[in-house]
Amino acid sequence: MNGHATRGRPGLARAAAVALAIAVSAAPLTAQHKAQPARDTVATLDDARVGLGPGQKNSAGIALWNMRLVSYTPKPAEFDHQQGLAFVNSDLAFRGNLVYQGNFSGFMIWDVSDPTRPQLLSSVLCPTDQGDPSIYGNLLFISAESRRSRKDCGTQGVEDGQDRMLGVRIFDVSDPRNPRLIKNVQTCRGSHTHTIVPHPKDDRVIYIYVGGTAPVRDPSEMAECSTGTPEENPNTADYRIDIIRVPLDAPEQAEVVGYARIFEGLPPAPGRAGREFDEAAASRFGRGPRGCHDLTAYPAYNLVAGSCGTFGILLDASDPEKPVRLDAKSDINFSLWHTAIFSNDARRVVFTDEWGGGTAPRCRVGDPVRLGGNTILTIGGDRKMTQHGYVKMIAAQTETENCVSHNGGLIPVPGRDIMVQGWYQGGVNVIDFTDPENPIEIAYFDRGPVDAERLVIGGSWAAYWYNGYIYSSELDRGLDILELVPNEHLSKNEIEAAKLVRMEEYNPQTQPKIVWPPAFPVVRAYLDQIVRKGALPEARTTAIARAIDDAEAVTGAARRQRLERLASELERDARRSSDPERVRAMAAAARELAAASH
Amino acid sequence: MGESDGVRRTTPAVIGLRSLVRSTTIGAAGLAAALSVTLAACAARGGVGPEAAPQARDEASPQGAIEAPAHEHAHGTGHQHDPAHAQHHSPAGHHGATHDLPATAGPGYTVADVQFMQHMIGHHDQAIVMARMARTHGASPEVRRLAEKIEISQLDEIELMERWLTERGQAVPTEEQRKAMVMPGMLTPEQLAQLDAARGREFDRLFLEFMIQHHRGALAMVEALFADPAAAQDPDLFRFATDVDADQRDEIYVMQGMLALLATTGGSEN
Repeated sequence: MNGHATRGRPGLARAAAVALAIAVSAAPLTAQHKAQPARDTVATLDDARVGLGPGQKNSAGIALWNMRLVSYTPKPAEFDHQQGLAFVNSDLAFRGNLVYQGNFSGFMIWDVSDPTRPQLLSSVLCPTDQGDPSIYGNLLFISAESRRSRKDCGTQGVEDGQDRMLGVRIFDVSDPRNPRLIKNVQTCRGSHTHTIVPHPKDDRVIYIYVGGTAPVRDPSEMAECSTGTPEENPNTADYRIDIIRVPLDAPEQAEVVGYARIFEGLPPAPGRAGREFDEAAASRFGRGPRGCHDLTAYPAYNLVAGSCGTFGILLDASDPEKPVRLDAKSDINFSLWHTAIFSNDARRVVFTDEWGGGTAPRCRVGDPVRLGGNTILTIGGDRKMTQHGYVKMIAAQTETENCVSHNGGLIPVPGRDIMVQGWYQGGVNVIDFTDPENPIEIAYFDRGPVDAERLVIGGSWAAYWYNGYIYSSELDRGLDILELVPNEHLSKNEIEAAKLVRMEEYNPQTQPKIVWPPAFPVVRAYLDQIVRKGALPEARTTAIARAIDDAEAVTGAARRQRLERLASELERDARRSSDPERVRAMAAAARELAAASH
Repeated sequence: MGESDGVRRTTPAVIGLRSLVRSTTIGAAGLAAALSVTLAACAARGGVGPEAAPQARDEASPQGAIEAPAHEHAHGTGHQHDPAHAQHHSPAGHHGATHDLPATAGPGYTVADVQFMQHMIGHHDQAIVMARMARTHGASPEVRRLAEKIEISQLDEIELMERWLTERGQAVPTEEQRKAMVMPGMLTPEQLAQLDAARGREFDRLFLEFMIQHHRGALAMVEALFADPAAAQDPDLFRFATDVDADQRDEIYVMQGMLALLATTGGSEN
């Protein structure tokens, strides 16, 4: 085993590879904290994450930069097995003080009222592969894709196809200590992932878009399932996404109500390296994707971003039963478009590439940066996308650490586009993509390999900000809770402003619109950004800081007047600022706070 | 083994093209036999192996079972047959090393699962041989980049398959055994020699055509596996097979696009 994991990277080649990495990282020493240079091969050895000691559970070496580990909680015993993917943890969903954590063999519900000591309320053994969860009220939805997945949640595997369950399971979790399976919604290709899309008018109905690229199941299991191209077979279960409708008053009646052929007319693929492809030339060959790995809905803008084979696709989902494709982008560097994250203003979208499917070590010295990382696209007023920079976790990882870009979500810092994400055993990092050409890393958390001798699948499946903390689902080790620490890239005020945003429910695949409450940390967060960027002269920012302090020192009408005066001054400042938009945003925040002061 | 191009290598030795050509002599019958083992294993879940010696050479037509799902076909290769359908010419009745590999069922996996992994190692092995040619045969930057991606991906996948087999106490094919395998879509010795002889633009074209053919064979192998309702219930194997299907399908689309561009951007050398 051991022999295979490290097989054949001969000593000479390794030395050469290391030399190469050193040569590469001899670029500016601060490269890690600046924009990633446009180079194909990136892995720096000049990083605290390199060379961490191996270890099970929490015993591995840890590197933390600009964040701290609040708590680590191991898996409950029934999931605590290292058997390949069979018992790995998967995605997260959040509601109130509860965290729902998926596992390839079931799910867990944690009470995180005290984030230093999460309490396990229940764990349910029910194989699904991969068990991605979503929560909506008292309903927990779980993706099931595995051919071992059974209607009755049994662990014995499937001998008779009639026992098989591929699709979305629905649990009633009104009693989180006692989840009840109330419905198996079967689909033709199962559900690798799924996305809740609320009905635009009827709050008693939600839709679920089903993601996944597994082959169509045998018609003996489900008569309506057939394969082929739409030309040959108009009813083919390929080349579409399935749409489930869930009546919330009768969730046991949830069913597939239709499908969307969102790939029609797409050319098969990019024709050359880089950002463009020749649609006319390419469209003469083959067909496009058969399905989407997953879809991210942004209901506030009626948008959905699909990560579908060789394409990142933007959909208008004003009518959730009939999503319409707005644009599609392809990139020869992207192996498998995996997940999308919108910026809060929906003017940017980050797509990730899960090159190698998450089980391979793809962050080694020599692994190209443009494969297995993120790319940033902007969305124009015409709702067309334009591709910009790439960003990847660049600290060299070992041969026994599966590592590639994986799931994440926004951190609600006003005035900036910041996200946190998991990179499997590449750890967790925080990326600022405000400048889409030059995304930068501003914080990280990483452990050494689970095992230094053989590749044991582990690391962060996903990391999400939820109500002040970052939750990371560790495939092998359990649940990590992290907290940001003020630093040169992210101030105390910015973190406090982020912590003011409270959500009652959070499914990262269904992005909520972030709205900041009127508060001093929000106003000060903008000021910190203006200072950091030098967007106003220092004498002026000092005076503004004093004006904010003065306003806070008083209450009622006096505070309102001071804030309104400050807002008016800022509107004038904007005209001579190098970043007028930011100064105006600060003025607006001050004015909102003024209006709330009485 | 200069590493100046930054490309990672992990196989122990540069694979000798000549020895590969010499050893690839299994015929259609051998392949049919190999496949019939896979197909016969359908019902073997939870049972015991190894399978009885295959004899269904004539009844179980591999073409029917493994027909590549894509309907485009590689064109202009100068070969009348479509090797994605695995019609290699060679002495009938010659059994390759493939089905000499023992394979048994175990908890959560079948004989077909084990054989899928064993066979795919041989299949991947040839893709790596092809991909490495791109470094030395005057390939365009686009083809080189694609070949690099294929090489890294498939080397890692070979390690994954070896790991999967080893952890279950199953036989991992030796270098010789993998060289001797003939799986759907794999290049004939003649095709491999043809690719090795090509340079520049002609290499690009042949590489793309042959790799599409090769990838379509992998899709056929996945399809044959999934046609067995008892197979692919092991989570790691399911994930791997699904990824192979998705990745290689996508790469086929990419390569088709590249071929189309190649055809439209002049072509005086051809």
